[in-house]
Amino acid sequence: MLGALAGFVGELRTIGLPVSLTEHLDAAQALTSVPLEDREALRAALAATLVKSAAHRPAFETTFEVWFSLGLGDALDGDSAVAGGSDVADDHGTDVDDLAALLDAALASGDPARLADLARLAVARHADLRAERRIGAGSYERYRTLRQLDVEGALARLGGRPEFGGGEDADLLGARLAREELHRRAARLRDEIDAEIRRRLVAERGAPSMSQALRRPLPADVELMHASRDDLAELRRCLAPLASALAARLARRRRHRRRGRLDMRATVRHSLSSGGVPVEPRFHRPQVAKPEIWVVADVSGSVAAFARFTLALVHAVSSQFSAVRSFVFVDGVDEVTRCFEGMVDFDTAVRRVNAEADVVAAAGHSDYGAALEAFWSRYGADIGPRTTVVILGDARGNYHPSRSWVVAELARVARHVHWLNPEPRAYWGSGDSVMGDYAPHCDGVHECRNLRQLGRFVEALA
Amino acid sequence: MSLTDGHGPKKRIPGLSPPTVDTLGPVSDGFGDIGAVSAGLAAAGYLADQAIATSVYLARALDKPVLVEGPAGTGKTELAKSVAAMTGARLIRLQCYEGLDESRALYEWDYRKQLLRIQAGQVGQAGAGGGAGGGQDAADQGWDAVEDDLFSERFLLPRPLLEAIRAPDPVVLLVDEVDRLEVETEALLLEVLSDYQISIPELGTITATRIPLVFLTSNNTRELSEALKRRCLYLPLDYPDIERERAIVVAKVPGITERLADQVARVVRSLRALDLRKPPSVSETLDWARTLVLLSIDQVDVERACTTLPLLLKHRGDLAKATKSLSASGVDR
Repeated sequence: MLGALAGFVGELRTIGLPVSLTEHLDAAQALTSVPLEDREALRAALAATLVKSAAHRPAFETTFEVWFSLGLGDALDGDSAVAGGSDVADDHGTDVDDLAALLDAALASGDPARLADLARLAVARHADLRAERRIGAGSYERYRTLRQLDVEGALARLGGRPEFGGGEDADLLGARLAREELHRRAARLRDEIDAEIRRRLVAERGAPSMSQALRRPLPADVELMHASRDDLAELRRCLAPLASALAARLARRRRHRRRGRLDMRATVRHSLSSGGVPVEPRFHRPQVAKPEIWVVADVSGSVAAFARFTLALVHAVSSQFSAVRSFVFVDGVDEVTRCFEGMVDFDTAVRRVNAEADVVAAAGHSDYGAALEAFWSRYGADIGPRTTVVILGDARGNYHPSRSWVVAELARVARHVHWLNPEPRAYWGSGDSVMGDYAPHCDGVHECRNLRQLGRFVEALA
Repeated sequence: MSLTDGHGPKKRIPGLSPPTVDTLGPVSDGFGDIGAVSAGLAAAGYLADQAIATSVYLARALDKPVLVEGPAGTGKTELAKSVAAMTGARLIRLQCYEGLDESRALYEWDYRKQLLRIQAGQVGQAGAGGGAGGGQDAADQGWDAVEDDLFSERFLLPRPLLEAIRAPDPVVLLVDEVDRLEVETEALLLEVLSDYQISIPELGTITATRIPLVFLTSNNTRELSEALKRRCLYLPLDYPDIERERAIVVAKVPGITERLADQVARVVRSLRALDLRKPPSVSETLDWARTLVLLSIDQVDVERACTTLPLLLKHRGDLAKATKSLSASGVDR
């Protein structure tokens, strides 16, 4: 067991979870006091001792499933497990229609055991698990199973039934709740199918190879420029907590940055309680000026996701700045501050930016020179000595002239000019990247490839 | 999870697990095994799921503090109170806030009393020696004695952490909202959390006679330091799943029908799925359920739900969003 634990801890560390030696020891000690055949207790014990952040929990869950799925061992011989199941599958010869009927019945009953049995049956029948295919993380098998099972079809069929809100005169709320319950059961079924496939793959290939295939970076480490749709959805969920944590930290730091001047009056007043001895000095509240932030973001296709995240994050912590104005550009430039005012949620704001901003002046390809010059001529006069300008973009100007004098002028009038580039530093200056032209004029150029780096930059800014 | 349900008891786990479970940790006050903890908490009015029960059990078995983290209103503080009730221990609570310092968390020298003690000594000497010049020598001689006296336990004001360490009876220490502390102040907790002792320079080290159960709660407004997390067991508390929430409603709201409780839990889940600024917490769910019972509503429909929504949602934007979504329920099929 200790060997299995060591392997598990090693895998967690490879993914990027900070598991210290003490925590490893704690986990080992915890194993001596929980019943090991209770898988949920084992999972809870390991989670409590090894994983100290909610953001790391999904990675832990996946790894746990892989490393300790053999604890359930009996899924190894697929068909016998199915046959040993419940009344759902008594023979192997059921055809597709039967499976559909079983699916309807299982979803309608919502019984977890029946859903699990159905998942096992469907995977055994349709997943096409062959020993010779030794790559992939199970997405092919999953796709095959779900296509054959046609869960969406079943949902549509069941949704028409009166008990799931299908009737015309059913009350609205009841219908909605029933529908949601149905979708939850379907989600549960999909999870069971995933788990079943994973179990079989692990049994076939062994935990280390499987967890290598499933290994994914933590949300904060996902590269913003190459994030998939799922990644972006995950990142959006991370953004709100990150922003609120950041705002709280900044507010706290601002209040405690330094003590104000000694408040003589309050000190003497307070000293009366200790017989006139000024035991506790009192201070005035410090007055700290908040910076004013202008964000100028390239929103052309390649860096759009990065620009959105940065804009959203800066606006989410806007209470820490005296003012935030945002501008977007491709080859023309437009101010979009109004889109983020009273921002309720991120998607609405992004939709408004997409709909309202007028950022294409000529060809619709990034032209940093033209856009920056337009920015300078239209808004340059408003820039004051308290303004910090943050420019976002990969500085790939499609071989247009860079006109870096604009950045030099910005740096002259503004307090600071920072440039955030979502590309790895090694790529700067290659191809049509003109980062080298702009960099000397900026007060700081920062590589900003993931949320972690982005958060660090925004924190340093305030 | 129910993955084992279909297989029955005939197959045993191969390889990984040792044969016995009887090597459990120290057994005391209802901490026999995880099931006993779960049952004990239920008797104290707290419905714990497996993760919660395991963490509480491990807190006793490993003598480690538990860091409970999660959004407001998911029962973090309640957990500590229930553990105290379950074990019959006294609850000592340290409410954290910005600017909390040593003198409020650990201990403080009662300087007013110390001043009085010095003044009393001076008055006594002035009375005995007569003039102020003669009293000076006497004061110097007596100083060592006075100093020893001044820094004795008589002048020590115990604050929650010291109180929990010194307590002769069983206690549960609750350090509430630890994320409100500044990073530097967090360090105050470390000695207590890892060694259950407090060092007072003038007195020496005070070690716990009986290791208290410690719970720290955090609303996750900031990342806590690694040093603190490493010393704790970590228990993330999220909103309960629907079955547990229903059970909580039934247990906590007298006079509610199973059917209404089920509806309440489902509506709340439905609201949490919306993208709200502050999703309804468990305590707000209970408030809402109580109100429904008071209004003798036995079935929730869209109209009734919308009029009572302000009990669940406390932001104007959230209210508008939820009302709109509930009213449009039937349409977006």
